[in-house]
Amino acid sequence: MTPKMTPNLQLTPDGRLRHLLTLDGLPKRILTEILDTAQSFVSVGERDVKKVPLLRGKAVFNVFFENSTRTRTTFEIAAKRLSADVVNLNVSASSQSKGETLLDTVSNLSAMLADMFVVRHSAAGAAHLIARHVAPHIHVINAGDGRSAHPTQGLLDMFTIRHYKGDFHNLRVAIVGDILHSRVARSQIHALTTLGCPEVRVIAPRTLLPRDVSGMGVHVFHRLEEGLKDVDVVMMLRLQNERMQGARLPSAGEYYKHWGLTPASLKHARPDAIVMHPGPMNRGVEIDSAVADGGQSVILPQVTYGIAVRMAVMSLVAGANS
Amino acid sequence: MTLPEPNALIDSLAAQLAPVMKTDCALIGIHTGGVWLRDEIIQRLGGDHLLGELDVSFYRDDFAQSGLHAEVKPSRIPFDIEGRTVILFDDVLYTGRTVRAAINLLFDYGRPASIRLVVLIDRGGRELPVCADYTGLRLDLPTNEHIDLLRSEAGALSLVRGPW
Repeated sequence: MTPKMTPNLQLTPDGRLRHLLTLDGLPKRILTEILDTAQSFVSVGERDVKKVPLLRGKAVFNVFFENSTRTRTTFEIAAKRLSADVVNLNVSASSQSKGETLLDTVSNLSAMLADMFVVRHSAAGAAHLIARHVAPHIHVINAGDGRSAHPTQGLLDMFTIRHYKGDFHNLRVAIVGDILHSRVARSQIHALTTLGCPEVRVIAPRTLLPRDVSGMGVHVFHRLEEGLKDVDVVMMLRLQNERMQGARLPSAGEYYKHWGLTPASLKHARPDAIVMHPGPMNRGVEIDSAVADGGQSVILPQVTYGIAVRMAVMSLVAGANS
Repeated sequence: MTLPEPNALIDSLAAQLAPVMKTDCALIGIHTGGVWLRDEIIQRLGGDHLLGELDVSFYRDDFAQSGLHAEVKPSRIPFDIEGRTVILFDDVLYTGRTVRAAINLLFDYGRPASIRLVVLIDRGGRELPVCADYTGLRLDLPTNEHIDLLRSEAGALSLVRGPW
């Protein structure tokens, strides 16, 4: 499912991050550098003037072939806080519907003197393809490709966990829901494993687990209460409505009954466990409102930290010109 | 040339600063050597000051050439800088570019009444019109050499000099 890629496509010859396409295979050194840099950008967000001049004069193109509100907006805010000029393109509504190929769209945007592309696409590997074809000074950030990866979401989740839990070395983390279709889950699992989290659990019905799940280094649970027992972090996934029609699940109500995170099921986790969700949430499907809005929820801080993490990624790749 | 012991230089700086370091001054160190220097001065002079620390990585003018510096530290100014006298500390003054970046950074927090610059070593080689108000030692170092302030685990400061 994860597209084949040149191992060094993301890194410069001297080991710096040039593009961010996937967390799969990125060394711990790079992940830690991104999280540490993001920490410094959090303090920029707390000032009156929330901008720094790092990307002054650079043009960042948010090229979204698939809908997004949160991710696109936080990338836009991040780029603006770095003083870049931002252009937002909703391509699904324009060129592609007229038959232009992905690489032609990118070539045209490059001709408009883009310095960075932030790309979301429904096809796995789209960001890799662009990264392979852009000029050496252009940087590509994957903002979600198919079921493959959503690396900045994975990173902001790691930032949030580190913020609340200190580090990863004694943590038990559960990822709950539609693992099969989730690029977020894949990025989370790679990041948690690389950062040294000793126990990553996935909790899902059999129909929503990938066949190769046992090879991902995770512990698999099919019952929510069992899987949540004594965990420090609960990461919920969105149940995509379209899955209901695919006969993988009987109904939203049925899913909620067995897999919805409620105050009662959360009691099985540690009392200081945090609850995360990448959004958008389906209240009453995968998560109960009492949990989403409760004291253990860090769902809104995740969004805020997403800005600092995306600032860190953009400034690190923009600085890696070899 | 033997380098002097940093503590003797800090003693002389403390003597220069004693009359001006009022309690309503903000003492801001540039990471990392400038923070050490500030803390040494406070140890000698005492007083209850507003304290801040700056990392100028996001304001450097060599970002396009060398990218983001490793181990950026959070900047922290937990008070309103508007209208305040700021005493800015750095270990070594060379081209003046770090101080330029620090001044830009400070102005993104507010408009201070004044900024005074304290450096342990002024090694010459300025590329910008920047000068220190209080200096521990002036040296004329050739451009192919660097000088650094180091701190041991136990907290002892020392100066080292050598080729880049």
